[in-house]
Amino acid sequence: MKQGVIPDDLTRPFWEAANEERLVIQNCRDCDRLQHPPAPVCGKCGSDAALEWKQMSGRGRIYHYGVVHDCPIRLLQDDQPFNCAVINLDEDPGIQMYSHLPGTPVDEVPVGAAVELVFETAANGQKVPEWRVVGDS
Amino acid sequence: MSTPNAPQSMYRAREGLGVWEHRGQVAAVGIGHGPTSRRWDGKADTSVGAISLLALRKAIEDAGVNPADIDGLVMDERTTTGAFWPRDQELPWDVINAYNRTDAPLDGITQLSAEWILKNMPELAGVQFTMYAPVCMSNAIVVAAQAIGEGRAHTCLVLKAWHNLPGRYYQSGPNADDAIPGTAAMRSLWGAPACYGTAIQFAEYCRKYGKNHDMMAPFISNSRRNGLKFPEGYWAQHRPEEITPEDYKAARWIAKPANLFDNDIPIMCSAAYLFTTAERAQHLKRKPVYILGHASSRGQARSFVPTLDEVEAECASSGRKLLEAAGITVDDVSFENLYDGFPQFHQFHMEGLRYRGIQPGEALDFYQTDISIGGPNPVSPSGGNIGSGRSRFWMHTDCIQQIQRRAGERQVTGVEPVIGVSGGPMPTGGNFTCWSATGDY
Ligand SMILES: [Zn+2]
Repeated sequence: MKQGVIPDDLTRPFWEAANEERLVIQNCRDCDRLQHPPAPVCGKCGSDAALEWKQMSGRGRIYHYGVVHDCPIRLLQDDQPFNCAVINLDEDPGIQMYSHLPGTPVDEVPVGAAVELVFETAANGQKVPEWRVVGDS
Repeated sequence: MSTPNAPQSMYRAREGLGVWEHRGQVAAVGIGHGPTSRRWDGKADTSVGAISLLALRKAIEDAGVNPADIDGLVMDERTTTGAFWPRDQELPWDVINAYNRTDAPLDGITQLSAEWILKNMPELAGVQFTMYAPVCMSNAIVVAAQAIGEGRAHTCLVLKAWHNLPGRYYQSGPNADDAIPGTAAMRSLWGAPACYGTAIQFAEYCRKYGKNHDMMAPFISNSRRNGLKFPEGYWAQHRPEEITPEDYKAARWIAKPANLFDNDIPIMCSAAYLFTTAERAQHLKRKPVYILGHASSRGQARSFVPTLDEVEAECASSGRKLLEAAGITVDDVSFENLYDGFPQFHQFHMEGLRYRGIQPGEALDFYQTDISIGGPNPVSPSGGNIGSGRSRFWMHTDCIQQIQRRAGERQVTGVEPVIGVSGGPMPTGGNFTCWSATGDY
């Protein structure tokens, strides 16, 4: 099971949206550029005022994956081995999210396949964005 | 004396800067290593401070320099391999009080300041220049070379030390908690171990170029074989175990495609070098090893894991920068000691440099040829972290020793050791040095 999440100032909008089953990603209005993980300022222009949270479609593709056999997180150790994939968002393939790919057998991950957003509940009830394979690429 | 961090201006991180302005004017003239151990046993004479005093004194003795003539010290204050002093554990006052302490009680135990070193090495009364160069020896070398080139010091000690404490790596702290802060959660909720990012890049590399994990075996075996010929290293000192290709292929996965041997072992260790001007180096007892140039990489991944494209672009840029700084072509390089911790990115560094003309996607085939110290194409003659444990400095020591022809059983015999390159750590962020037998190569 995933650890619980204690939203902090930087990430609160992301986790609040997740509890409403929406995925929002930081966007700089001035640069028209998404960034993830979130940061206090735009990584390109340095502005904080132009940062907003933008809702994503919930579509992406699997960049690649690893199979975790020896994980440092105590709460995940019972689930070993498990898939851990890097997802590229359709809105901007440069933006990545991690995924355990629920429903995909261990080490049978279709690299490049399309995925869609789902939500999982973490240890303290926080909803967390996850991704499920929708078909081969 | 307060010790500042090196300004970014001391690192050569852009292409087009031309030949290093102090090319051949700085030389390594002494090497010293403290003993290695897996974890600290709690004794005063094995603390990270103690083994660093040993390393520094050995480097001074090796160079045959009067300690009073030393005027500089460049080092990294941080010594953790991932281990921190537990908050609920009593401080080791017997060890703290065995030395001249600073205001930070754990100085010399889980951190190491220039102040602590100077307080415990009264023979260094002439040191007027101190500077921190976090994170690795690769940083400290660049900063010390630059400092001497700029005339901030003329004879400078360069130090990097690591401590390791009892307990499993990274299993305590937030990783054991039921809930974690939202910023950390963005990454940590998925439980990717430290080797994961490199494993992903390696997986994509194999997919793109049609290679596979087993093709790493000759490189791993060669690295450990070289490391077992490194008397200063952990495996040679404590566990003289080869890694056969069969051992490698059968090892348990950590984050597939990274297995146990695709990870290095955290240890306690310390190394020191003595650098001086080319002019002064002529009068010392060791053959000077000149620095022709240095270069740094400050790549920024767009998101969590640097992609293969990002890694390959950055490594190619680092290779160009280093050759440009040194004023040489890659054909001048006798041997390479680029970083290997994680081993699955060694090929990115090598291909970025175009070592022996190899292009992106060709390194794993190159590993199937003779890459030994006896052949014409030595790969990692130091054995790196795989050969001697996680220090991130074996590669530098080896470059100096090879060129001085005192690498012992590791001495390369298939090439003339005239020019060596070393550096790291990460493909998207590191510092690289070109070493030479002559200052005017
Ligand atoms: Zn911006």
